[in-house]
Amino acid sequence: MHLALTDQILKEVEKPARYIGGEINAIHKELCDAMIRFAMCFPDIYEIGMSHLGAQIIYAMLNEREDVWCERVYSPWTDLHKIMKEQKIPLFALESQDPVKDFDFLGITLQYEMCYTNVLQILDLSGISMFSADRNNDDPVVIGGGPCAYNPEPIADFFDLFYIGEAETGYDALLDLYKTHKMSGKFDRNEFLHEAGKLPGIYAPKFYQTHYGADHTLTSFKPIYEDLPHTIKKAVCMDLNDAPYITKPIVPYLKVTQDRATLEIQRGCIRGCRFCQAGMIYRPVRERDEKKLETLAREMLENSGHEEISLSSLSSSDYSALPELVNYLIEYAGEQRVNISLPSLRIDAFSLDVMRRVQDIRKSSLTFAPEAGSQRMRNVINKGLTQEDILKGAGDAFLGGWTRVKLYFMLGLPTETDEDLLAIPLLCNEIAKLYYELIPKEQRKGRVQIVASSSFFVPKPFTPFQWAAMDKREDFLRKAAFVNHAMHEQLNARSIKYNWHDASVSELEGILARGDRRLSAVLLYAYEHGALFDAWTETFHKEPWDEAFLKTGIDPAYYIHRERSTDEILPWDFIDIGVTREYLMREWEKAQNGVTTPNCRDHCNGCGAAVFGGGICYAH
Amino acid sequence: MRIRMKFSKRGSLKYIGHLDTMRYFQKLMRRAGIPIAYSNGMSPHQIMSFALPLGIGDESVGEYADIELTGSVSSTDALAALAACSAPGIEILSFKALPDDAKNAMSSVEAADYEIGFTNDPDLSAFSTFFAQNEIVVLKKTKKSENMIDIKPFIFQYRVAEDRIFLRLKCGSVNNTKPELVMDAFYQYLGIDFDENLLKIKRLDLLTVNGQDFISLNDIGLEI
Repeated sequence: MHLALTDQILKEVEKPARYIGGEINAIHKELCDAMIRFAMCFPDIYEIGMSHLGAQIIYAMLNEREDVWCERVYSPWTDLHKIMKEQKIPLFALESQDPVKDFDFLGITLQYEMCYTNVLQILDLSGISMFSADRNNDDPVVIGGGPCAYNPEPIADFFDLFYIGEAETGYDALLDLYKTHKMSGKFDRNEFLHEAGKLPGIYAPKFYQTHYGADHTLTSFKPIYEDLPHTIKKAVCMDLNDAPYITKPIVPYLKVTQDRATLEIQRGCIRGCRFCQAGMIYRPVRERDEKKLETLAREMLENSGHEEISLSSLSSSDYSALPELVNYLIEYAGEQRVNISLPSLRIDAFSLDVMRRVQDIRKSSLTFAPEAGSQRMRNVINKGLTQEDILKGAGDAFLGGWTRVKLYFMLGLPTETDEDLLAIPLLCNEIAKLYYELIPKEQRKGRVQIVASSSFFVPKPFTPFQWAAMDKREDFLRKAAFVNHAMHEQLNARSIKYNWHDASVSELEGILARGDRRLSAVLLYAYEHGALFDAWTETFHKEPWDEAFLKTGIDPAYYIHRERSTDEILPWDFIDIGVTREYLMREWEKAQNGVTTPNCRDHCNGCGAAVFGGGICYAH
Repeated sequence: MRIRMKFSKRGSLKYIGHLDTMRYFQKLMRRAGIPIAYSNGMSPHQIMSFALPLGIGDESVGEYADIELTGSVSSTDALAALAACSAPGIEILSFKALPDDAKNAMSSVEAADYEIGFTNDPDLSAFSTFFAQNEIVVLKKTKKSENMIDIKPFIFQYRVAEDRIFLRLKCGSVNNTKPELVMDAFYQYLGIDFDENLLKIKRLDLLTVNGQDFISLNDIGLEI
């Protein structure tokens, strides 16, 4: 088969298998004039991109259409990036190895803000104009989607379209429209984009105008054409049982991050943690039928030969048929010698029993995500997990033979005090203490191992904390040092390990998450001065970013360090996720008063997601 | 029952490394429904071993893997099932039952045949004078040490064709001699810079010793 890269280049770069395609179940089609060519890009390296479920679903779904050939594109790693720039080799798609520039669409999934410079790399290496405004009829239509499309504004200038919401419902209409325009023989890019902008869930950013006031905040945001919508309502797939899913997963040669079949059991989350964007944007909760999942599991495993299957969803313990599904999988896995990789489950008698059946207790650990140390703080963030829950779960697990506990926390949450921070080491110590109380000396095999990790809280759009000020870098580092010091003061300090990260990336993530269109200049400058693979510790460099803010005169503090007033127009307000702004404001108010909100299954809180007409909102 | 499979690895699949090739085969066995045996223990794995790793970027028409079966399957059926779910580029060429006393591929391999092509046209006619030296001393680097060794005894045979060289080299657990090492020495002898990325290496077969002779690893088993 023809490869885009020469033998000499492939022998020079690290892991050449990233660039050759040809995997089992990759889809190849005969090209013809009527074929719509869609390049589906995950802007990170192959091993990360190939592990992403959503992109695989879109790949399967688009290739179901006879008139579409969807291929894959990933970011060339820095070694190949350099060679491609030097030798002017255009970026190519894996299946056909043809240049991305020859495609009709370039779809880019936006899973985290720190991939934005990689998006620019994709455009740059493809030879596509960076800015939508500069593109002509021969360029692919560049469309973005995924969670970061819920605030597309920082990257709006680089995209022709955004798909807001779940891909399963709206791509057919978009592709049909494109086909009509393409086959008419007089394709006009702007005309197509204008028409596309009227479709449900589609946002065509170049046709919207922003105005800013003296205080830099938005004063208006509106379409330049009368016939374009003022708000874009997210697309939601209400029947997951009928929705396209992967039955023939591509089997990578390289060991990718998630080297297994993945079953998405449900979408959405009933919990309503106030920091969590996914918990709001994927409402309402919709489950896949358990029998359907059994069939999908068998098909995926048989067609791929994978030795492992994992379950995917937010808060998997809340899936109503979890015991049936897990029991089925354990039985099937036993016959077929398939491993089951469990999602993090609420620790209780059921999950401990399941863990015992599928994992080696000596090797596995328990995971808790209290997110905050004190009950007051957990009430603020609406994390319905109490110290009693954690100690009960840990105690049962210790008696069952487990000796390792992982705990996840966030620092810098709204209203946080030193007392709340101190509660983190105290909780860790309590867990360690419990182990030594419950397990007699002669039965212990060494110390209990408690690993606590903290991340820095980054406020995200469409959460009750979207108005909150983010901590400064110095505050973050002081807090981490404070927690670290207090960890060492604990009686059981030798059983506890504490990890935290640098705050620079969190700050940038914060800026980009709640950013607006003015940031495109910063992004372009940073990319052109060497920023790439910012999500990777080894390749993240702060310098090009610092310089970019200085040169463009944009003040990062405006985006992260100020609390926004609830009457401010936010850059993402034009998107309608079903959950209303009023609901988020109510939650923000309740958070500040430390008042909790019950989960959707126990009580409907009227968030607005019922507007979609299904899911848990109508299950009562 | 123990089975020996011979397979080729060609085209773009030459860029799949050894560990990835092993993982590919594990999944292939599952897709094809080959009744392969698993080890015992908490994390059972397929009983499968490969004769000799192949360098990334090298092609081969003579690779070997041994597996153990729990059930029976005919060579014809197994080859058909494997072909139906193989990637183009990796072709299973034979599927034979090993005699009970046969050593596994990894411990029996003694020599490998290579065909070496070039992208920079060195003067291959000099190879015979190069080989006529009393000794061919090279610096062999391992993870632990660097040693000067004479590799001439490990070059069992050579043949120079118009634009390529055929080599039969010692391989296995001791004195494993890679073709790049021989070519590095040859280029030094010619006095030109060596870049192993400019070689086109194809492994033709793996061999074991039977009395005085080398025989192909493929000649050990019988079709079932």
